Amino acid sequence: MVQQRHLFIAAPLRDERRSELEALLASMNRLPGQADPANSLLPFGQLAELHVARFVIMDDPSLADRATLGTSLPASEPVYLAFIADFDGDEALFLDALVALADTGLRRIFACCTDFARGSDLLAWLRAHRVPTAANYVNWIGRTARQIGEEQALHEALRSARIAHPDAAPEALLPLLREAARAVPLTPIASPTLGERLGDWFDLLLLPVLALILSPLLLIGMIPFILWLRWRETHDAVLAPVPDRARNNMLSGIEDHDITNQYSAIGSLKPGLPRRWLTVVILWIINWGARHLYPRARLARVNTIHFASWTFLDDKRRVYFASNYDGSREAYNDDFINKVAFGLNVSFSNGLGYPRTDWLIVGGARHEQDFKRYLFHHQIPTQVWYKAFPGLSNYDMARNARIRAGLEQPLSGEALRRWIAEI
Amino acid sequence: MSSPIRPRDADVQAIVDRGFGSLAGARFLLLRVVDGAAARQWLASLAFASLALAKTTRLDRVRQVAFTAAGLAALGMPPADIAGFAPEYIDGLAGDSSRSRRLGDIGPNAPEHWRWGGTPETEPHILLMLLADADDIAAFEAETLAAMPAAACTVLLANVTNGTLGREPFGFADGLSQPEFDWDDRITPGGAPDRIYRNRLKLGELLLGHANEYGFVADYPQANGLGLNGSYLVYRQIAQDVTGFWRWLAEVAGENGAMELAETMLGRRADGDSLPGLDAANGDFTFSNDPDGRVCPIGAHIRRANPRSGDDPNGRHGFLPDLISSLGLKGAPMHDAVASARFHRLLRRGRAYGPMLAPLEAMRGVDAGAESGLHFVALNASLSRQFEFVQGAWVASAYFAGLSGEQDPLIGSRMPDPAGRPTDAFHYCTAQGDPRLLTGLPRFVTVKGGAYFFLPGLGGLAWILNQ
Repeated sequence: MVQQRHLFIAAPLRDERRSELEALLASMNRLPGQADPANSLLPFGQLAELHVARFVIMDDPSLADRATLGTSLPASEPVYLAFIADFDGDEALFLDALVALADTGLRRIFACCTDFARGSDLLAWLRAHRVPTAANYVNWIGRTARQIGEEQALHEALRSARIAHPDAAPEALLPLLREAARAVPLTPIASPTLGERLGDWFDLLLLPVLALILSPLLLIGMIPFILWLRWRETHDAVLAPVPDRARNNMLSGIEDHDITNQYSAIGSLKPGLPRRWLTVVILWIINWGARHLYPRARLARVNTIHFASWTFLDDKRRVYFASNYDGSREAYNDDFINKVAFGLNVSFSNGLGYPRTDWLIVGGARHEQDFKRYLFHHQIPTQVWYKAFPGLSNYDMARNARIRAGLEQPLSGEALRRWIAEI
Repeated sequence: MSSPIRPRDADVQAIVDRGFGSLAGARFLLLRVVDGAAARQWLASLAFASLALAKTTRLDRVRQVAFTAAGLAALGMPPADIAGFAPEYIDGLAGDSSRSRRLGDIGPNAPEHWRWGGTPETEPHILLMLLADADDIAAFEAETLAAMPAAACTVLLANVTNGTLGREPFGFADGLSQPEFDWDDRITPGGAPDRIYRNRLKLGELLLGHANEYGFVADYPQANGLGLNGSYLVYRQIAQDVTGFWRWLAEVAGENGAMELAETMLGRRADGDSLPGLDAANGDFTFSNDPDGRVCPIGAHIRRANPRSGDDPNGRHGFLPDLISSLGLKGAPMHDAVASARFHRLLRRGRAYGPMLAPLEAMRGVDAGAESGLHFVALNASLSRQFEFVQGAWVASAYFAGLSGEQDPLIGSRMPDPAGRPTDAFHYCTAQGDPRLLTGLPRFVTVKGGAYFFLPGLGGLAWILNQ
């Protein structure tokens, strides 16, 4: 089974080349923030394995918070240029394809970084600037870009056939639909090999086994941990400033050009080792849960995220969060608050200025206005964002997969009607 | 009508709790301020009915007032300089192309084509809502305007309604299923009971300065009592192509089948009854027993405008099952696409305008000779989480509830989605349970104008006028 991989490359930016880089990145777009799949610098559309990708200038507007809430933290951090991609299969092959496709364009872009020299070996440089991601979420593990494309073509063919026979009874429509489907090539979906299954089981058992082995230590540590946590929760300051309208309109300008939107947020962790360790553990558990509890279609109750990732920066002083989600930002925030406030609290409450939580999962994001303002305070624009399947939501992709699965079964009666209703 | 009078009733404009269905005449006057001081003086001389008054007296004339952000600025009180006003209000309904894109105000519905409110020159400053008996409304309007000094304001438009109450021009019962409000602060929101849909909302979903469905008082302009007991009023004028609507239905379903198809698109009977088969155990119906839209299509108009969903589509079954559901380990994602309707409700106070045609006349091509439509007026406390969410994510979206390629069958713009794919489809099931897919739905409505207003409490109004 082909797995989806996450690539995160980041390097500090040369301050004096910032505006040049912004112009260069803007030249890759067909609409504000929306990559032209055929742009000359990096024609994303030619990378068949690619699902989503982005270039983002990580300029952290919340660093100033450290002056009041995190004086033990350095006052400044580098501004990074990051290239982030979610794709199918092997990372080395993807990097090879990337460099083969866009050597010149990538050189022009990364030349704006401090340590990229004209003669640099691009591939080696990219490899050297990979940043490991602490937690990664894939909406549908194993579903390749090829599968999505083929299943969408299948749906379109079936829909055309259905529209051509608007009054046909379900039983009469079925052979016509099967006929239409025959014209669409479908690559068989690979099932996991025995080795992959075993690896998966090992990974699944790792958390409960570790928890069991460490349980005496965890039990002993629980009391001081709870005391510490409650102290911090009742004393840490909240920082959720009123959003700046101009900045909001700037961010809105690069949103809602497709059913799917990009989301980039960056912020500092609260100072101190306990926060750092807690975040490491939490993101490790999120990464585990994303793979084993939520491998298909939903992350807890949130069904709108295609890919999301949490990445430590600057020796774990900061976290960058990337998401690719369906719907508008307001709807996304509401989903967060109404459906998974507990998860948001767990994953973000170690952030400097996060709305007040109780017992790590209560409160927090439920402070709707503070939470939306906190998110806004940390959101940064994504200068270039690419999505391989414009117009397709997660629901569309899942529906297409169901339609295909139905095609491969004998259908009649109620099941047939339900199947046709989805087309 | 004999509801108790609470202290705050004297401070709220009556329309936040009363639709005044007994008063068939209405004028929505859109004014532009010429001289702020003169306008303030004139407005201060007018009486605006409070809810307390409406509760104690049978009013035969009701006057209410609201201001756009440009209007407050023209009166010498720029809202951008006052802490607490919603950014959406300050920007305005048509003030930002990203907002228009999100709300579906694009193509023929784009602000540049609007009769009013689409450009700074046609943006109203003041909305005066006048309500009276049908044979008295013209006199009431004339008296109100006669008192206006010429130097104070100009009348941008005097929007006239048609006196038909409870029915919109397509012929459907309208203004049904309004949210109720928890005026006595009895609801504690957010607990397990909210897994089930409820129609009664915290007052903070309607009035500024009160706890909302999250249990918090959101920011509002607090200084000098300006915002307390106020609300944001959304006004959109929507022209309806009644003849085009019924002719298309007759073409697709025949004269005999047109009404049934129309009711399927609407999601309820034309007279307002719910479709048979929906769960009506708790008085008003919900869609909880129809998750796949076999009775009421998922994309039907009333289902989009209010999906009547609780916080959890799986309902309430005790701690452990609820926990499993909250963790997303139960049920189908598709059935959880639209949850927690309580955060996205609107109180509607709109009225119809233009000639009313019977469906059969319209099917046979009778043209009424004048534009018909709806002066859509809605009140809410959060423009972003209520009106803009309902309009953008539910009504105008081609992706509502996991659907694809279809917008609201009655009021969709039919503009292709951003990826260029058509949005003119409609899925439903016949009474026999056969799935049907209609495509090529024409556009039946066009936005003709609109603006965001602030409807102050009477204390706030006094501050605006006497500052």
